[in-house]
Amino acid sequence: MPDAASAASGSATSAAAWKRFRRNRTGLLGLVLVVALALVALLAPFIAPHDPFRTSRTSFSPPLVTDGYLLGTDHLGRDVLSNVIWGARVSLLVGVAAALTATLIGVFIGSISGFFGGWFDELLMRITEFFQIIPRFVLALIVVAFFGSGLLNLILVIGILSWPQTARLVRSQYLSHKTLPYVDAGRALGMRSARLIFIEILPNVMAPVLVVASLDVAQAILLEASLGFFGLGDPNLTSWGGMLNTAQSYMQRAWWMSVFPGICISLAVLGFNLLGDGLTEAADPRMSMR
Amino acid sequence: MSAGAGDAGDGGGLGRYVARRFVNAVPLILGVIVVNFVLIALAPGDPITHLIGEFPAPADYVERVRADYGLDRPLPERLVRYVGNVLRGDLGFSFANRLPVLDLLLQRLGRTLMLMLTTVVLASAVGLTLGVLAARRPHSLGDRAATGFALAGYAIPEFWFGQVLILVFAVWLGWLPAGGFRSVRIDYTGWAAVVDYARHMALPVAALSFRYLAITTRLTRASLLEVMNTQYIVAARARGLSERALLWRHALRAAALPVVTVIGYNFAFIVAGSALVETVFGWPGIGRLMYDSIFTRDYPVLLGILLLVSVTVIIVNLLTDIAYALLDPRVRY
Repeated sequence: MPDAASAASGSATSAAAWKRFRRNRTGLLGLVLVVALALVALLAPFIAPHDPFRTSRTSFSPPLVTDGYLLGTDHLGRDVLSNVIWGARVSLLVGVAAALTATLIGVFIGSISGFFGGWFDELLMRITEFFQIIPRFVLALIVVAFFGSGLLNLILVIGILSWPQTARLVRSQYLSHKTLPYVDAGRALGMRSARLIFIEILPNVMAPVLVVASLDVAQAILLEASLGFFGLGDPNLTSWGGMLNTAQSYMQRAWWMSVFPGICISLAVLGFNLLGDGLTEAADPRMSMR
Repeated sequence: MSAGAGDAGDGGGLGRYVARRFVNAVPLILGVIVVNFVLIALAPGDPITHLIGEFPAPADYVERVRADYGLDRPLPERLVRYVGNVLRGDLGFSFANRLPVLDLLLQRLGRTLMLMLTTVVLASAVGLTLGVLAARRPHSLGDRAATGFALAGYAIPEFWFGQVLILVFAVWLGWLPAGGFRSVRIDYTGWAAVVDYARHMALPVAALSFRYLAITTRLTRASLLEVMNTQYIVAARARGLSERALLWRHALRAAALPVVTVIGYNFAFIVAGSALVETVFGWPGIGRLMYDSIFTRDYPVLLGILLLVSVTVIIVNLLTDIAYALLDPRVRY
């Protein structure tokens, strides 16, 4: 993640970017939300008061009513708070891993497409357009319904359906970078295309890629929650979307089963969206949305 | 198509553009059909077992069924036949619903369109208004509220928002029905029926609109702020036009264009949102059908929906591109 650590790594531009980021209050709020989510996910075994799967005799206990069950219990008497805490792991893991998958594919396709151009570029862009236009949710749903909703499947499906935006962005960056003098110089020095693409140019286009990656995490978390709501989450793990699926059957009886997981999804998505906006402004003040 | 309207000065550029867009859509649609075919071929479970049942059948009978359904032919031949079937409207048979898939989809499509079209109209109208109000006084309290509202719309999943609406307006306040398409016990007629439909639609539409309301609000605000600084607006202001006339007559016309088209480009998301919201409210449309089909393992229906939705998205994108070209005199090809 692009944070203080990478910004503090030295160069004057990244220091200036960090300074701009710090002054951006919404971006900071995003960072705080993301860090909080990461902490909850990492520390889940230590901070969750109960085993999320352990049932008890106090089913449908409202929040603050039964000792030890701060956010109440579900229809099987399981602790809602512990489930919400463990759910953070699934959301964050699927979100980040899927976004990483999408970024890797997008950077690879976009860079070679933009760098080489010609019919090769034309072909790759047709494929990109196809992936962009095909309805992500319906296709992800079918693939997961057919081939199983394990964690790895979820990550791969969401990742493989999410790369086009990155590819287009990276391609446009390479189109302009490949005409710059430093690339010409590299060519004159006899550098291979692979070196030019992945070592010389790539670091220069990473800033906007990180922005899109952050927004991709938000989208992936939403998509994972949507699939979970359709009953297509990892059956061995507790997830926010899955909790909402269960809650749907008990709307009349247990509002807390729906309200708390939903707030968590919204805050997680909001966090990565705000972080993305903040990074946009930090990377390029002229692209500011406000 | 009013291709002749391309009086852009460069000799029917628009007509050629429209034609090219149509030609581009063909491989996309074929690609979708191929993806569907691949998914069918990879789908878990042998279709033969499905057709014959789970008991031991004589080998020659199995072979005969296999041949009857053309499953003994090589894959490329089956693909060509599948494409032919799809183009004739044969999307397979839903065993759970005992109906051809296409009939089933058409039956449910109307209900989904009812939700989606209401949402699109409402979200565009309200979003434009809110965006204008926000852009009129940048950084005012109202502007901040509109921006915060937009951020919430991007972050809150519509299906959860639907649940919250049920909790508030159906469970706690008891004002509106928690789900369904119309009242089951009473048969309303005339105005009473319309009111009954509207009462059932109110919450699903509100849930589905939220996100698009946020998108249109944010986009209207951003593009208005951009347009208001352009030279022709500055020139019009210098000529002494009132701010009101500037905003409503000149700026909004330019600013509304991306707003109208963004709905077209977000069509796939509206479909996904509709599927989720229908499930929350038990609305008997395509989305609810999708949810039910997962549990009945009714794969032909799922694949039929994928095909229908993909082709619709491609066509809507195509039409949006064309609409954009027609509406914006600055676009050249």
